[in-house]
Amino acid sequence: MVHTRKVRTGHLAAVGLAALLVLSGCAESQRSQNDPNASGGAAKTGGTMTFATEGAPKLFDPFFATDGATFRTSQQIFEGLVEFKPGTAEAGPGLAEKWTSTPDGKQWTFTLRKGAKFHDGTEFDAEAACQNFNRWYNQKGAGQSTAVTGYWQDNFGGFSDGAKPSLYKSCAVKDPQTVVVELTSYTSKFPDILGLPSFAMQSPAAMKQHDADNVVKQGDSFVYPAYGQQHPSGTGPFKFSKYDKANGTVELVRNDDYWGPKTFLDKLILRAIPDETARKQALQSGDVQGYDLPSPADWEQLKKDGHKLLIRPAFNVMYIGIGQKSNEKLRDLRVRQAIAHAIDREGLVKQQYPEGAKVAENLYPDTIFGWTGDVRKYDYNPDKAKSLLAEAGASGLAVTIYWPTEVSRPYMPSPRDIFGFVRGNLEAVGLKLNVVSKPWNGGYLEDVDQAKADVFLLGWNGDYNTPDNFIGNFFADPDNRFATGSATWGNQLSAEVKAADAEPDTAKRKAMYEALNKKLKAEYLPAVPVAHSPPALVTSAKVSGLVPSPLTDERFNAVSLG
Amino acid sequence: MLRYTVRRLLQLVFVVLALSLLLFAWLRSLPGGPVSALLGERITPESRARLTAELGLDQPIFVQYFKFLGRAASGDFGVSTGVQPGDSAAAIFVQRFPATLELSVLAIVIAIAVGIPLGYLAARRRGGLLDNLSVVGSLIGVAVPVFFLAFVLKQVFAVELGWFPTTGRQEGGLDATRVTGFFVLDGLITREFDAAWDAVKHLILPAIALSSIPFSVIVRITRASVLDVLDEDFVRTAESKGLTTQVITRRHVLRNSMLPVVTTIGLQTGALLAGAVLTEKVFAFPGIGQALAIGFERRDYPVLLLLILSAAGVFVLVNLAVDLSYAVIDPRIRTGSGGGR
Repeated sequence: MVHTRKVRTGHLAAVGLAALLVLSGCAESQRSQNDPNASGGAAKTGGTMTFATEGAPKLFDPFFATDGATFRTSQQIFEGLVEFKPGTAEAGPGLAEKWTSTPDGKQWTFTLRKGAKFHDGTEFDAEAACQNFNRWYNQKGAGQSTAVTGYWQDNFGGFSDGAKPSLYKSCAVKDPQTVVVELTSYTSKFPDILGLPSFAMQSPAAMKQHDADNVVKQGDSFVYPAYGQQHPSGTGPFKFSKYDKANGTVELVRNDDYWGPKTFLDKLILRAIPDETARKQALQSGDVQGYDLPSPADWEQLKKDGHKLLIRPAFNVMYIGIGQKSNEKLRDLRVRQAIAHAIDREGLVKQQYPEGAKVAENLYPDTIFGWTGDVRKYDYNPDKAKSLLAEAGASGLAVTIYWPTEVSRPYMPSPRDIFGFVRGNLEAVGLKLNVVSKPWNGGYLEDVDQAKADVFLLGWNGDYNTPDNFIGNFFADPDNRFATGSATWGNQLSAEVKAADAEPDTAKRKAMYEALNKKLKAEYLPAVPVAHSPPALVTSAKVSGLVPSPLTDERFNAVSLG
Repeated sequence: MLRYTVRRLLQLVFVVLALSLLLFAWLRSLPGGPVSALLGERITPESRARLTAELGLDQPIFVQYFKFLGRAASGDFGVSTGVQPGDSAAAIFVQRFPATLELSVLAIVIAIAVGIPLGYLAARRRGGLLDNLSVVGSLIGVAVPVFFLAFVLKQVFAVELGWFPTTGRQEGGLDATRVTGFFVLDGLITREFDAAWDAVKHLILPAIALSSIPFSVIVRITRASVLDVLDEDFVRTAESKGLTTQVITRRHVLRNSMLPVVTTIGLQTGALLAGAVLTEKVFAFPGIGQALAIGFERRDYPVLLLLILSAAGVFVLVNLAVDLSYAVIDPRIRTGSGGGR
């Protein structure tokens, strides 16, 4: 008995070994010849850097993306006509060296950079630039879904089928180095929006070869074509090498044909580590050389351990929204002002926000055009809040307040603690709070949008440097999450926001935005601006050359190790 | 035996179908959904309504369910919206299952290889130091939450001592070739032995953490079972026949005491996934568990549905295998099963 079992085990082992041999017969190593560990050491040039990100990219075609993980990768591979100057949200030259516009701001002439080449070897020229514009404009079918081309629709509106008006009209090749872009109307955000990751220039040849526009709706999601999955081709300093999905790593390599200074790094590996603590430990153990979004609670320790903490300029806003639909009393300005006076914003920022955070007085940070310090400031004054409530006949008003769980946003590092503070403030002036907390993706945004919350905590991360990116997104459509359409002044606010954005004259536009910011605080007050909070990233001590960006648009082309 | 197996497999089909309906309805009745997850704070009431309609999420649940069944019949289980948007749920399963399987197999091997001998020795030296240690140790193993153990192991052996990597399945820069999706196996068959070794190093800490509960249970059951058998008459008979301890152990004690142990191993293997969710989160290990965690956070219906159904399927199959293995271990069941089973 024992004997036969031994034999059987022997057979099994033999069969297994044979199978392994057969398998290894048809499995060839596909490694590239050069040894990945050959370079490195103390040299400035060379080496591999691994950077840990929050999530894995959705795909590598930024035009079809709205997620930060995709943009983190695509910004190393692609460049736009306009590029934001490193470390700022200021638009500067990119693949276009300069541009001019007609006085009405509807016709823009871009002079393109010479000598830039796509990774597939084709030239970047005026023809390629126009093909990119027309590609965006001609999306059909699933390509018109908000989940696919959200950035185009937010910024340019509709498509060539004319179902909805579009900002874009045409693109013409004047000569190989010059394109003329025509718009249907003036907007303050052009050409800044061309610096958005989604509007980077991609190789028309590669897009055609790999069927770039063939995005298909399947079941209840979208399937993307080979181009965006495997063959992104831009002009940037890094080239896409491979995406090892099973391991969650994206590998980029130096573009030796880059028109500008070549990268120091041989390879850049972006590794998705969703858990923040796990990212920290990966840095501490040396598995990665940097990671995104360290929790503010860890900042001190990371610095003490000798890591480089890079704090980004705050380019966001956290606000307390006051809905105009469900709770009638909140349509009374005095009640909204009472809420503003009740909140100890100084104390909140000092206690619950990281170093570098500022109390917000406008609904966007002071680096953006039209910001003004000359707005009505609501000092922390519980007595005043109480008397305002009494005046409005709203003492002891019952208010439904929402705060989100299972989320941390750059403008709201710890919603629970921030809410605890706000709650204490509001209860101290006699408001009766009906508290609702819901997971961010588990009903929070949905309920807020359906006006189930009277008062709610929320915010916005900026994409580019114009006021419209903030208050335009908030109020241009009166059917918004503050339900300003239900207030008597909602349509007026919407009209004012649109008018300011459409004013081509810079001085006039500035005055309009300043007036708007004043009214938003003194007369409308659909939200109490609370804080601008700087998110951070961190690298090991030997990493240099990484410039923190307010737009979380850090480039690794100037990064070196050691 | 064959009929029994077929019947159990048919049962499996019904279990999975019923579960799919329940899960489908349950997931979609949760507050929130993929639309919020896809658009975040950029969402507007208008874009929410449009995307909800585009994704067909505004239709009645049973309509959605029958559409899903229709597609599933042709092998299309839907496309991920949150875990890896754009990839099919099936592709995510195929890509991540090997990771979790590698991890689970190593965990259960550790649990068995250490647990059974330890349980046996503890029973043979009942009341001794080893016995007491194993009882206390296994209590701790069951009581300590997996994620806590995972965290401690990682902090000590990966962060402080640097013996093992902290996260993932493999170094990014190794340029390893992928064949089967099992990284260790791939490294062996392509003769990229450094890649295989690297994958093993990534497995060790999570596998130890994951093995803690099955290990503890196996030690306790083995110990109890061996103690029971040692008291049996036939062991005394064997001893009085003058058989050597070695023969008694192998032929009589171990064999007879293994039945409950195998049942336990089966149940524990099936239950590993629960621990894998936590372990994979701590070690950022891109397996099924991590996909479940991310999928739940981002309300990725297709991925959650397929992964949970697969897990249920695996659980049922493992239990079937355990039932069948009784026959191998215990000849009485085999002979008694002639017609009935």
